[in-house]
Amino acid sequence: MRTRESTLWTWHLLAGAVILVLLGLHMFIMHLSGLGGSGEEDVLSYSSVMERSRALAFVIVYILLLGVALYHGLYGFRKIVFELTLSEGVERAVTVLIVLLGLALFVIGSYATITAYAM
Amino acid sequence: MIETRSRKQSGGSEEVIKTVQFSVLRYDPKTLPAPRVDSFNVPVTKGLTVLDGLHYIKENLDSSLAWRYSCRMGVCGSCGMFINSYPRLACNTQVLELKTDTVHLKPLPNFDIIKDLVPDLSVLFEKHRSVRPFIVRRDVSIDELPSGEFFQSVEELERYLQFTYCIKCGLCMAACPTVATDRRYLGPQPLTQAYRYDIDSRDDGSDERKEEALGSHGAFRCHFAGACSEVCPKGVDPALGIQLSKRRAFVASLGLLPKKRLAAVAPPVTSAKRREGTPDAPERTVR
Amino acid sequence: MPESGFRRNQLGLVGWLSGGRYGIERYAFTLHRLTGLAILAYFLLHILVGSSRMLGEETWNSVMERLDSPVFRYGEFLVYLAFAFHALNGLRLALTELGFFLGAPRQPVFPYTSSVRRQRPLFVLVMIVAAVVVVLGGYDFFFAHPVK
Repeated sequence: MRTRESTLWTWHLLAGAVILVLLGLHMFIMHLSGLGGSGEEDVLSYSSVMERSRALAFVIVYILLLGVALYHGLYGFRKIVFELTLSEGVERAVTVLIVLLGLALFVIGSYATITAYAM
Repeated sequence: MIETRSRKQSGGSEEVIKTVQFSVLRYDPKTLPAPRVDSFNVPVTKGLTVLDGLHYIKENLDSSLAWRYSCRMGVCGSCGMFINSYPRLACNTQVLELKTDTVHLKPLPNFDIIKDLVPDLSVLFEKHRSVRPFIVRRDVSIDELPSGEFFQSVEELERYLQFTYCIKCGLCMAACPTVATDRRYLGPQPLTQAYRYDIDSRDDGSDERKEEALGSHGAFRCHFAGACSEVCPKGVDPALGIQLSKRRAFVASLGLLPKKRLAAVAPPVTSAKRREGTPDAPERTVR
Repeated sequence: MPESGFRRNQLGLVGWLSGGRYGIERYAFTLHRLTGLAILAYFLLHILVGSSRMLGEETWNSVMERLDSPVFRYGEFLVYLAFAFHALNGLRLALTELGFFLGAPRQPVFPYTSSVRRQRPLFVLVMIVAAVVVVLGGYDFFFAHPVK
């Protein structure tokens, strides 16, 4: 009963569930934390960005979120592409390109996160 | 003379309530470079269906009009068409129910046009065939299958019964947004039938269906837009079948799917005594 | 005569982009797709922008300055809207695709009901939650941190 597609789709769904929690947290910190009255502080100032970057919990969450969100988003993109009646060769090429793009962005993002953690 | 005939078809009512314009797409790939729309005025009586209206046109106004139908009562699934931009069976749709003065008729989208309102459903039948829509057993030879009965409980029957009512009319395929772009996608009808056999307690063919039904153009190309279930004229609910098959695939992906307990073949009845005078079964015509 | 394109009566992208006369879920399908693509585009950019913090305060500040225009601020709010819809509708999809809220298969007795109708209250519920998320976020965007 298992196929490659069913495994990929299962991960896609589970990744979505993880994103719902982590991105919900991310959105809460970036956009809703100001509602409680502490709106004076700018969450995007360098000092506040680096304060978060130096906390280990944020580092772990950032890298985890980066990975699952890239997987979820790029697999979703692949879904859309696969519904355009392309030839199997093009489909394979798209899959390879998406994997390479995902890996590259994952490396860049996690390298930046780890570098900022050590700064 | 002609008028009497059309009244007969409308189910007996004589009174013409209003005249409705039928705008019908006309197209013959062999002779016409592009489709055109022909309009016909059809006197509508109470209970007149779109199919009756087409008969009226063919008999009185334009005998060259082509569409497909057979049973006239929502059983055969031949007369599916795009009626006012919604896939319906022409025989199942009363003109007055549409509450419009113009009825726009087009062939079902997402199928090739053979002529006028006749879609080429062979793609649907091929896809349906590809999921092996029959009981597959590995422990019993196929020759034995028709001769023996299986044990099956009512609960086991109810798990798939709804999906057996499919008449293969293709309305769900016309409504599906994925079928609209992906010609390789199996579509609601075949996927529902794959699930119908997958959960049948008599069947052991899930592994033979999975390459098609759970492959890269199978159930995971469904995103629950739900249109298939809304247009189904038999209440088969294809969207439900596909979601349940995705749930099953999800559980299987996690390695949590329990092994299927296959229904056993009932042994031939030996204890019952045959009543006197019961004739023998006729000789088999197929071997 | 060569095979005419009209013979192939495929709806194509019209089938994706137009919900037609079908139910609200088919419109949700279209919106889910569009918001997903929008979020993905934003996210890929976001990774690069966020990564610029490792290059030091000066680079970070110059990047933030460049992005501090009404176009980006309103654009970001649009992405936030997309997020609210995609997240909540995605939650519904995950639940329904796993067979929850659909009801069990049943004998089709006229007038037919369908799983799509049975899960519709869930759709309404998640859209209400999405609206609340949008209102709270909108307050932050436009009142707590007004566009300069």
